[in-house]
Amino acid sequence: MLTTITNPQRRRINFRLPLCAEEVKVSAMAKLIFLWLKCLVSCCIVEAVFEDQVGKFDWRQQYVGKIRFSHFDSHVQSSKKVLMATEKNVFAALNTRTGELFWRHVDKTGPEGNIDAFLLHGQDALLVVGNGRLLRSWDISVGGLNWEVVLDSGSFQSACLIGQQDTVKHVAVLKKTVISVHYLSNGHQKWIENLPESENIDYQALYSGGNGEVYVLGIVPHSHIAIVVYSMEDGEIIKQTSVEAPWLSNIQTSCAVVGQGMITCVDSLTMSLYTLDMHTQSKMTQIPLQSLGLEVTPHFHPVLVSHQPNAAHQPLSEFLLQLGPEHHLLLQLNSGQMVVLRDFKPALLASFATAGEKTVTAVMSPKNKTACSLSLFNAETGRRLLDTTQFLSIDPNVGKPESIYVQAFLKKDDSVSYRVLVQTEDHTLTFIHLPGRVMWTREEALSEVVTMEMVELPLTGTQAELEGEFGKKADGLLSMVLKRLSSQLILLQAWVSHLWKLFYDARKPRSQVKNEISIENLSRDEFNLQKMMVMVTASGKLFGIDSKTGSILWKQYLNNVPSNAAFKLMVQRTTAHFPHPPQCTLLIKDKDTGLATLHVFNPIFGKKSHITPPALTQPILQSLMLPLMDQDYAKVLLLIDDQYKVTAFPSSKNVLQQLQETASFIFFYLMDSSQGRLSGYRLRMDLSTEQIWEVIIPTEIQKVVTVKGKRSNEHVHSQGRVMGDRSVLYKYLNPNLLAVVTESTDVHQERSFIGILLIDGVTGRIIHEAVQRKAKGPVHVVHSENWVVYEYWSTKSRRNEFSVIELYEGMELYNSTVFSSLDRPHAPHVLQQSYIFPSAISAMEATLTEKGITSRHLLIGLPSGGILSLPKMFLDPRRPEIVSEQSREENLIPYAPELLIRTEWFINYNQSVSRVRGIHTAPSGLESTCLVVAYGLDIYQTRVYPSKQFDVLKDDYDYMLISSVLFALFFATMISKRLAEVKLLNRAWR
Amino acid sequence: MALPLSSKITIIFSIFTILSTRFVSCNNGRRLNNDPLEAEFNSFSVPLEHSFEVDDVANFEVRGALVLKAGREPSVSLAQQQLSEYDRAKLKEVAAVDGLYRIRVPRVLLQADRQTERLMDGHLTAFVRACAMVESHLSDVITLHTDVAGHLIGVSIVTIPGACRGSEVEDEVDLEAFNTTLSIMAPVNAPGPETALFLERMELETEKKGKNPQEQKSFFAKYWYLILGGAIFLMVSNSAQPPAGGEREQS
Repeated sequence: MLTTITNPQRRRINFRLPLCAEEVKVSAMAKLIFLWLKCLVSCCIVEAVFEDQVGKFDWRQQYVGKIRFSHFDSHVQSSKKVLMATEKNVFAALNTRTGELFWRHVDKTGPEGNIDAFLLHGQDALLVVGNGRLLRSWDISVGGLNWEVVLDSGSFQSACLIGQQDTVKHVAVLKKTVISVHYLSNGHQKWIENLPESENIDYQALYSGGNGEVYVLGIVPHSHIAIVVYSMEDGEIIKQTSVEAPWLSNIQTSCAVVGQGMITCVDSLTMSLYTLDMHTQSKMTQIPLQSLGLEVTPHFHPVLVSHQPNAAHQPLSEFLLQLGPEHHLLLQLNSGQMVVLRDFKPALLASFATAGEKTVTAVMSPKNKTACSLSLFNAETGRRLLDTTQFLSIDPNVGKPESIYVQAFLKKDDSVSYRVLVQTEDHTLTFIHLPGRVMWTREEALSEVVTMEMVELPLTGTQAELEGEFGKKADGLLSMVLKRLSSQLILLQAWVSHLWKLFYDARKPRSQVKNEISIENLSRDEFNLQKMMVMVTASGKLFGIDSKTGSILWKQYLNNVPSNAAFKLMVQRTTAHFPHPPQCTLLIKDKDTGLATLHVFNPIFGKKSHITPPALTQPILQSLMLPLMDQDYAKVLLLIDDQYKVTAFPSSKNVLQQLQETASFIFFYLMDSSQGRLSGYRLRMDLSTEQIWEVIIPTEIQKVVTVKGKRSNEHVHSQGRVMGDRSVLYKYLNPNLLAVVTESTDVHQERSFIGILLIDGVTGRIIHEAVQRKAKGPVHVVHSENWVVYEYWSTKSRRNEFSVIELYEGMELYNSTVFSSLDRPHAPHVLQQSYIFPSAISAMEATLTEKGITSRHLLIGLPSGGILSLPKMFLDPRRPEIVSEQSREENLIPYAPELLIRTEWFINYNQSVSRVRGIHTAPSGLESTCLVVAYGLDIYQTRVYPSKQFDVLKDDYDYMLISSVLFALFFATMISKRLAEVKLLNRAWR
Repeated sequence: MALPLSSKITIIFSIFTILSTRFVSCNNGRRLNNDPLEAEFNSFSVPLEHSFEVDDVANFEVRGALVLKAGREPSVSLAQQQLSEYDRAKLKEVAAVDGLYRIRVPRVLLQADRQTERLMDGHLTAFVRACAMVESHLSDVITLHTDVAGHLIGVSIVTIPGACRGSEVEDEVDLEAFNTTLSIMAPVNAPGPETALFLERMELETEKKGKNPQEQKSFFAKYWYLILGGAIFLMVSNSAQPPAGGEREQS
């Protein structure tokens, strides 16, 4: 039923990761346990991918993030590499032809792996990492590390390549108090010098003109500039001068070195340019902008950009000056004379690029709302180059261009041509070739997915037509007959065209038949295995991705998203209610102010809905999706503001009436973690609320880190577990149960603890309260069915541990028909067990299936990039210490303190997923199959079968044999029946 | 917990002596129990309040006094009055409109040394449906929950039976006195991985294996029949096939 497999011989792939040091240490004990488990596990489910299944049901997309520094590889003429260091601490090389990754290095997250500077020299890329902690050199052709040196402590200021006699052999790194020079070839330190008066002077910039001297520029804000000149040979101070500059506060943002060692600065207050020859002058020359006929846009900080094509030579005497958001200038400073070469207005972006000996300026100027033009100008003269203008259309869903990186190259006739990499506000990278042709785009916003949902695809047109016939109200016999006939006709037509297509495709070679998926031919497949992944990214861009292929079907950029927004995505109406379109609502909340907006859209096409969401003027505390539906089958969303008033969306009359009827059954909880206050409210008829319970966890002792409820779309198939003696142990299946995780404020390893509270969200009753002593976070929690699994760091044993809590009602159910939190007086039995886990984890989620019959697995994202599918049966507090007949009957695995990571359990074989931040699971139409999406820096989509594919015939199922046996039997019966008849007849004649 | 027991006792006593001198006027010379000093220092009372109104606007009145006894194993007892006739009628009325019966206790710190430190601002509240209260004839179970440091963090109330079936309570006497089961719960310690027991069991197992003579037999002793069978099979198959291949090999 799935695709037929051509290769009958299959090999299991076993991607064993190398043992790490810690693993070796525990291996002695592990060996014992392993021996013990070996026999047990052999009867458990074994899951792995066959070699020919690789990439069939899964895909991975790798991202790099928003570019911070980027250089084109100009070392080889025909090179097709662009190198980039990104905000996500990733250093990568992309193929400029296809946009695919050549190689990628992912560093630590946070400031430790932060890339401070990126210098490119020939085949070596130099990176300063972690606020000046490390200096690394990479070989860009293969992406290998040449060398790495640890630098002295001190915060990083600047780095530059130093040339001498037309060759570049050194790199200088400037820190707060020291300057050090290293060899490019091996990273060894040539010399290191303390900076004079570093406690007063803030050294910020480095400059080298290729003459064997290193200039260090420092500043005492609003007083003077200090220039220290070091000799390249031995680090001796050649010269030390200070120049008055009372208007200057920061060199890096206002100054640049131009031409033959001329410091040029711009000041918006005095509206002037200042120049200083570092070799000869001791006083800055003021050139008022008015004398050049220029003026600065108010409240704009002007920016100077100079260009040094080769570190062994001086910078160009031309430079770019930006005076306003859309105003750039090309200026030339020649022997003290400032000349305006060209005034670009309007111009969004401008950038220098060098090809051979020629340096050009690329300028992007807006044309109209949907297009802009890009042209090259000769940097020395400011003249526009012929045949270099191209027009780009700007998608309104993409955002404004933010930066451009230009790759200029010489054509055969020695004229300059170029390609350009444009980065827009929504972190999209677009690579454009000269006649305005987009070679590729990359959606780097997907490197930071915040939340996602999987939505079922709609029915096909014909299916929908049939469906619509039943949905409509009957209006007379004749019209109904006509309608039925017409829909049958449409079906026939579709069938014929399908047959025609089959016939047509069959004649073509197989490789040419492509099943291209576009938004038009999207439709649900037989088993609902293909879904639309709606992904929300931190930059405020929404994506609709086809789960089968990973292709982006729609994207929408929301302009007005605050930078610190929190998102919550809810599906209000699924595709099941034809002809009403499916509807998703995204709640965007500013974390600081609490003010929120709603974005309502169609998840299949990404179009904004015409329904106007309610205006939310008050900060929103909580949102709640009710199972109630309005007359158009949209689920009701309740938003609770800080006045404890409730806004309903949609808020039609029908909805308000339903809300009034059911108000006394609608409860919700609010968590104020700053005060440790967890309180419950009940809805009133007039959509106000009343507080009905309150639990206060003192913040001096512990702080609440997570409150986790159960997923609303979860189904539990069996109410209890059959024990060894054939009695039933009933599960405590409270849908309103909340797992509250706290961490102690005391971080001392002896006294720190983690608290787990199970609270009923309706009555506020504390069902269970446990404390894990000598433990600390980060805690990962999964809460499902009647169990809670959490993972923490044990400070006593210095290891990661898993703990599982299961709740049972006991041998009999209190009320088997319905569960009500208000009527369940007996507290459940609580069982708990803990295990050692040999790895840290970065995300955790449980599998989810349609009916909940399939056994559950935990999907665990590991920092190593693997995604582990751990059967829940290993995390079962009823695992016995001593094996008895009954526990064997029940199929319980004897208790072993260590959970092993078996390599077959990695569902993503060698497709490592970097920095997993979340795992999303969704049920498919097949009970055995659960769809999984892991997202972080990369996105990985696959299917898992926790209880194997029990409802699917095997790929190698022998249809021929079974049908031939059937036919043979059929004919045998027919013949024997005939023979029997003849025989009977003969006997009757006798 | 880290302090040795003896030193803790001395600390408690020294604090106590300070306290008893300070609060001697408050005690009115009342002496309970056979260990009067201990009891007086440890136990203190806070009001348990309840509210049931037809319009569901909370209006808390004292229901009784909770006597909390701090210490290693905190305990609690409740002294409460009967419901007045007016209250009984009101409760039935509230039950009829499906109102709520709420209770609240002030936030307290059980382990504090000084009376003033014990009370914190704010209350902890919980509720049951008033009809459940009526139909269970005021038999409720109240549980107080504390955190590790002895702060009261939550209170819960359930009635037994908990359901509202709409049965009328005819006898007024049934609604006079509360039949309350009261308990105080501290967090339980979650278990860590049981390595020691497991290792012990593993050792036992290996010992058992070592003692078992079946396991100690040599390889040949254990599998002689398989080897013999294999050898016979080989011999038979060799003799069955005339050594045609062997000749070819030699040539």
